[in-house]
Amino acid sequence: MTKFYGYRRPDGSIGIRNHVIVINTVGNLSALTRKVAGLVPGVIPVIHHGGESQFPEDYVQTLRTLVGTAGHSNVSAALVIGMEDDRIAQEIEAALIEKGKPVRTICLNCNLTIQEMVKEGKSWLSAALENSKKETREQCDITELIVGLECGGSDAWSGITANPSIGAFSDMIVHEGGTSVLAETTEAIGAEHILASNAINHEVGREFLTIVRNYDRRIKETGEDIRSANPTPGNMAGGLTTLEEKSLGCIKKGGSTPLREVISYSEMPSEKGFVFMDTPGYDVESVCGLAAGGAQIVLFSTGKGSPTGSPIVPVIKIGTNPKVYEIMSEHIDINAGKIIDENKSIKDIGKEIFDKVIDVSNGEKTAAENQLNQEFAIWRLAESI
Amino acid sequence: MEVSYNALRLHPKDNVAVALQYIGKGETVLISNFGEDLIATEEISYGHKISIQAIKENEEITKYGECMGKATEEIPLAAHVHVHNVRGLNENERADIIHHMMKT
Repeated sequence: MTKFYGYRRPDGSIGIRNHVIVINTVGNLSALTRKVAGLVPGVIPVIHHGGESQFPEDYVQTLRTLVGTAGHSNVSAALVIGMEDDRIAQEIEAALIEKGKPVRTICLNCNLTIQEMVKEGKSWLSAALENSKKETREQCDITELIVGLECGGSDAWSGITANPSIGAFSDMIVHEGGTSVLAETTEAIGAEHILASNAINHEVGREFLTIVRNYDRRIKETGEDIRSANPTPGNMAGGLTTLEEKSLGCIKKGGSTPLREVISYSEMPSEKGFVFMDTPGYDVESVCGLAAGGAQIVLFSTGKGSPTGSPIVPVIKIGTNPKVYEIMSEHIDINAGKIIDENKSIKDIGKEIFDKVIDVSNGEKTAAENQLNQEFAIWRLAESI
Repeated sequence: MEVSYNALRLHPKDNVAVALQYIGKGETVLISNFGEDLIATEEISYGHKISIQAIKENEEITKYGECMGKATEEIPLAAHVHVHNVRGLNENERADIIHHMMKT
């Protein structure tokens, strides 16, 4: 069995990074959060703009995402910046204490001046960072890895080179007892019958068809039709003709092992193997959900060179064609375009991805990490109140 | 290694191949995973599709071994296959596929 070196957390989960983060509970604390993080080099700000004036469905989803992010196995310690009587801060703190993860909440309007808040935050973060440096990696089994599967900026080659190579990787990690999580419900519309018929049983297949149907319905309720918006004019210029063709290419990332479970946005898989997470097609929100649901790494195929990264998980970019790799190699880790012009097979690139996942798990930085691409946005279901 | 083919058939069931480079009208099409060479009757852009069989009106277009749409007109052999002669499936056709799948 393939091994890697990761950080074993008190709750038994395995991290592949050892970040100390500062996270805000509501959008109006963004600047203060960024300021506090900036005082201690090496600390990562995780900033979002929701958390307040949300419908219950959004509140629950935002909270689940923030708890999953701050409590992530790649996080060594988290400072929460909240408001007085802040329920989100209380929930994050309780969840992290239960996990045995160092956490501290500093609240605005709790008898501290802003200056005192900043000073207290800086001092706690400095200590947390020092402590994190004492934590060491230990040998772990690949069965502990959860890898998210994503794409952004697709082209006609996505379904021919990068996506099937990610599928070959997914088959490899699943055969070794690990977990891969395919995302982007919208990108399956038109090919949902194929994933559903690949489900482990009828119930899982039906659950998958239900999330696709619900998403399709929500889009129609806004007066839009996914079929008239997709493929986009850019997709068509590249040679994609129909929505079915685009989706058939997209779901290639899932490989050929049975679909074992369908999970909600930012939800942790309860099964090992191939899993689907209900996320939007917008890559920043989708990567954010995959990470909050416990994925330690995200694989991301791109034909147009989307720079999307994450503050807490390494994102491995896989270019779909030789040109995108040539002009954007500082954004891209693997060139699946070699299938077009160097006679490489899908299996060859799948193996290259597998080796890269293990290297990155052991600490090698990805292009997105080197560029400090740390995008973070939570999927919103409704408008603000 | 220099590749000798300029198009790729992705699945044995497919009735289209994908151009690996720009193919001019009248140019020979050498297709990976397909037995015979064709002469392109139209220009085919990089990443676009070419018919490797004559396709009847309303016949399914098959790529990756799966239905990706239907021909809106008769498509001769070695022609450009794209939005001008192919449409996506309509809601009833989609519903039929799902219904059929749920029964099996």
